Amino acid sequence: MEKTYYSPADLPKFGEITELQPEMGRKFFSYYAEVFKEGALTEREKALIALAVAHAVQCPYCIDAYSSDCLQKGADENQMMEAVHVAAAIKGGAALVHGVQMMNKIKELTM
Amino acid sequence: MQLTVLQQPSLHGSQFQAFAEKLDEYGLYPLTSTGTTILQINVGKMCNQTCKHCHVDAGPDRKEIMTRETMQLCLDAIKQSPNIGTVDLTGGAPEMNPDFRWFVEELSKLGRQVIVRCNLTIILANKKYYDLPEFFKEHGVHVISSLPYFQASRTDAQRGDGVFEKSIKALQMLNEVGYGKEGTGLQLDLVYNPSGAFLPGGQKSLEAEFKRRLKSGYDIDFNSLFCITNLPVSRYLDYLIQSGNYDSYMQKLIDAFNPVAAAGVMCRNTISVGWDGYLYDCDFNQMLELKVEDGMPRHIREFDDAALDKRHIVLNQHCYGCTAGAGSSCGGETVK
Repeated sequence: MEKTYYSPADLPKFGEITELQPEMGRKFFSYYAEVFKEGALTEREKALIALAVAHAVQCPYCIDAYSSDCLQKGADENQMMEAVHVAAAIKGGAALVHGVQMMNKIKELTM
Repeated sequence: MQLTVLQQPSLHGSQFQAFAEKLDEYGLYPLTSTGTTILQINVGKMCNQTCKHCHVDAGPDRKEIMTRETMQLCLDAIKQSPNIGTVDLTGGAPEMNPDFRWFVEELSKLGRQVIVRCNLTIILANKKYYDLPEFFKEHGVHVISSLPYFQASRTDAQRGDGVFEKSIKALQMLNEVGYGKEGTGLQLDLVYNPSGAFLPGGQKSLEAEFKRRLKSGYDIDFNSLFCITNLPVSRYLDYLIQSGNYDSYMQKLIDAFNPVAAAGVMCRNTISVGWDGYLYDCDFNQMLELKVEDGMPRHIREFDDAALDKRHIVLNQHCYGCTAGAGSSCGGETVK
């Protein structure tokens, strides 16, 4: 067993997940490739969204992959950091908006 | 020395697959010429800039420049080779060669398309260069210039402090005489190459972003953007090694190998001439001192395009840079 849960060497092995379930794996990667093609959104915009989501789900593989991808697609550092702030704002907002639920409960239980 | 580095195993002990072997898998080995239509001439390593990624290792201290005698040999070779439709002048900063203007004038008389790879800042480097936009216009020169990013931070990180600002000013001067403007026929193309250890993105998408940013920020127009992959040669190779990115960058290039790009590499229709007249398959081979195949004419004075068109291209591990993704050449992507 490895000493850490995450290893950079595992990222390029992502495709190997098809070994245990080829059909689902292939369908996933085909869908994945389709999603990131230029469409109503540019490839660069999609890479920035992916970078923000990567931070929200705190996936180190995705942060590695989409930091490189954003640079490759021509995004600048300001755009990349703003994308991370969008993720942080949504994550922070998601925690804080539950404060309303807490306040409702306080009202329910107190005089 | 560079070739030794390129051929050694990775830090993890595994050997990168030999480029020739990779081509062989796709039936492309030996790689052969498809007929020379472009003569790329490096008129010297002298340059006013010292860019961190430069594969020529060019700079103000370099003294190797082409003599007028060698230029005359180039002119003679071009005259006897009607298939050469394009003459591509590069350096260093080609304009710093004292015989540059004479050479362009003589080339333009031959009726071939003349490209000058202008680093932009040379136009502002000294009063004697201020009229270069007019000179280029007068001779119908196709100008191709490097601008690695539409912001100062990444441009200056690669090309030196203040380069972005001067490049913008030079582009405005080129625009003023009609370069990059619709309907003038004066072609101004920009070259994008990544400022770091990553590959270039899609050319079409980056071109749209460059056009939008340069127009809105600086009122600059240009025709096309060429995306070029950095090859692990000279200063860029040093950068990769010193920054600890060499292995992962080589692996990225190999993983992105595209046989369609490999079939369309520029060395198949180009001959590169060194400052001293020796012949190479490309400018990168020139810097690695890999002359054209043994037994072929190897100097411009022996130029024979019929013989050279039968040559096998000299390959090494750096060639993976031209076959990654959508391909890379001095004219940008090779897979359309």
